[in-house]
Amino acid sequence: MSMLGELRTIGRSRRGRNDEAHGKDDKAALAFLAPWIIGLLGITVGPMIASLYLSFTDYNLLQNPGFVGVENYARMLGDERLWASLQVTFTYVFVGVPLQLAAALLLALLLDRGLRGLALYRSALYLPSLLGGSVAIAVLWRLVFGAEGLVNSFLAVFGIQGPSWIASPETALSTIITLNVWTFGAPMVIFLAGLRQIPRHYYEAASIDGAGPLQRFRSVTLPLLSPIIFFNLVLGVIGSLQAFTQAFIVSNGTGGPSDSTLFFSLYLYQEGFMGFRMGYASALAWLLLIIVAAFTAINFWASKFWVFYND
Amino acid sequence: MTETLEKNAVTPGPPPGRKPVGKRRGRTRSPSALVWSLAKHLTLIAVSLVMLYPLLWMVAGSLRPNHEIFGNATLFVDTFHFENYPNGWNALSEPFGKYLLNSAVVVLGTVLGNLVSCSLAAYAFARLRFRYRRTAFAVMLITIMLPIHVLIIPQYVLYAQLGWINTYLPLIVPKLLATDAFFIFLMVQFIRGIPRELDEAARIDGAGHARIFFQIMLPLMVPALATTAIFTFIWTWNDFFSQLIFVTEPSLYTVPVALRSFIDAQMQSDYSALFAMSVVTLIPVFLVFLFGQRFLLRGIATTGGK
Repeated sequence: MSMLGELRTIGRSRRGRNDEAHGKDDKAALAFLAPWIIGLLGITVGPMIASLYLSFTDYNLLQNPGFVGVENYARMLGDERLWASLQVTFTYVFVGVPLQLAAALLLALLLDRGLRGLALYRSALYLPSLLGGSVAIAVLWRLVFGAEGLVNSFLAVFGIQGPSWIASPETALSTIITLNVWTFGAPMVIFLAGLRQIPRHYYEAASIDGAGPLQRFRSVTLPLLSPIIFFNLVLGVIGSLQAFTQAFIVSNGTGGPSDSTLFFSLYLYQEGFMGFRMGYASALAWLLLIIVAAFTAINFWASKFWVFYND
Repeated sequence: MTETLEKNAVTPGPPPGRKPVGKRRGRTRSPSALVWSLAKHLTLIAVSLVMLYPLLWMVAGSLRPNHEIFGNATLFVDTFHFENYPNGWNALSEPFGKYLLNSAVVVLGTVLGNLVSCSLAAYAFARLRFRYRRTAFAVMLITIMLPIHVLIIPQYVLYAQLGWINTYLPLIVPKLLATDAFFIFLMVQFIRGIPRELDEAARIDGAGHARIFFQIMLPLMVPALATTAIFTFIWTWNDFFSQLIFVTEPSLYTVPVALRSFIDAQMQSDYSALFAMSVVTLIPVFLVFLFGQRFLLRGIATTGGK
């Protein structure tokens, strides 16, 4: 089971068969879990509470935080750069994630079982997803989509003169979406593993019943793969809401041109670590947490209508 | 969809025995199945080329003089300018090797931290019976999905008070405390696949949990540990956000932060050198991919399944 499946199971059977009531290994568990518990309290839960508190303060790291009530949250309403950053981030999520997953699924289907050269293709397609998060690739992207970069040099062969994709506000975000699609290898590998678990005789039975390739895809592959699509979707959305590195490098930390690549986490970084408005940045962080939680909750809710669990 | 299935779907084929056996042998295919297979391979080759082309273009660019990078979509290099590499190596205040070394130190710390702390926690979650186990497990899973941004500001304040800014402690200590919960989950999944009889037999022989963990579990967990080590390596090597925030002293720069400062310093002049150093920073990840790919694929398969 994936971690989402686990959460689903735990959530459903709140008081399941309980071997934990005895707690016969309590002492040993405490020892084995000691690092995790210290980390959870000291580095996760503690800071969460602290950031919630800081979000109600005015804090610049030098002076003590001063309580300002909901002022930071009220300020959000009139903060145009915040709204710009939300628009950029949501566009990235709504366009980038489906494109990436579609590419991943399509290629996984092409690669499935018994294809000659499968391992080689898989490696070629998977490699970019390991490199994609690095500064080096973001640097490369600046030059690929620059005024005289790879893309325009290629277009010039056909007599087309392309714009500087990075420097114009209309296209800058799409270059970063392209970078995200380029890293479809990771979800593709997950899809491949999922496709392998679909028993072959399902397809054979469908074939005997006269189902063509498209219908077999619709009535066998898609339903049986839906938990994995769901997994990739949830993690893809969560990851995309937090995207940072590519936007930072491509725009040199500005989120430009004209805030067209001002991702939410980039704006949070600018407010907190360049402007030293730590109180406001904490409020932004909590807004992000709420957004991530809301997206995940909606995903889980919507999964009832399309995800098929074979259990 | 597999080829055999395609073949069956398109041409049901005569019942066995009607035709001479020899003709049915081998990879005889109907023309349409052949066309389909050819189209599939051509698509895959085309997609693979498009995917890898930017990388190859970057390697070519790192060997070209500056002016030949621009307006040039080919991979053909006229004369090899290997001096781009020493130029880039010495372009910042410290030789680039220093940043590679710094990153290596951080990577080593995070890998060790994750291996130790996550394997301990995973053993408890997978094998021990204790109160609140399910709750704790759910909490652990939720922290995997928690955005780091919610924690980063208070963490910064905390580390600043401890005097840890501009040390690698903020990057390493959290790993020693199992905050990369994804790997706990990965190892739990792996341990669940190990037959319980093995540790139960050891229990009957009077072994405690510490001995079972070290002498039975750890040796069997090597594949999961390898996956963890490899993923931790790559993620830490690429990680920009936290290294940008916690490391601001130039002599302590790690690879991503150094490369970013390179853009500031060199962007207007020497793109060849910038490309050269970008290639250098990708080589370790590429090597790890080359030699550790099967662990990566297996790790993904065990955590992504339904």
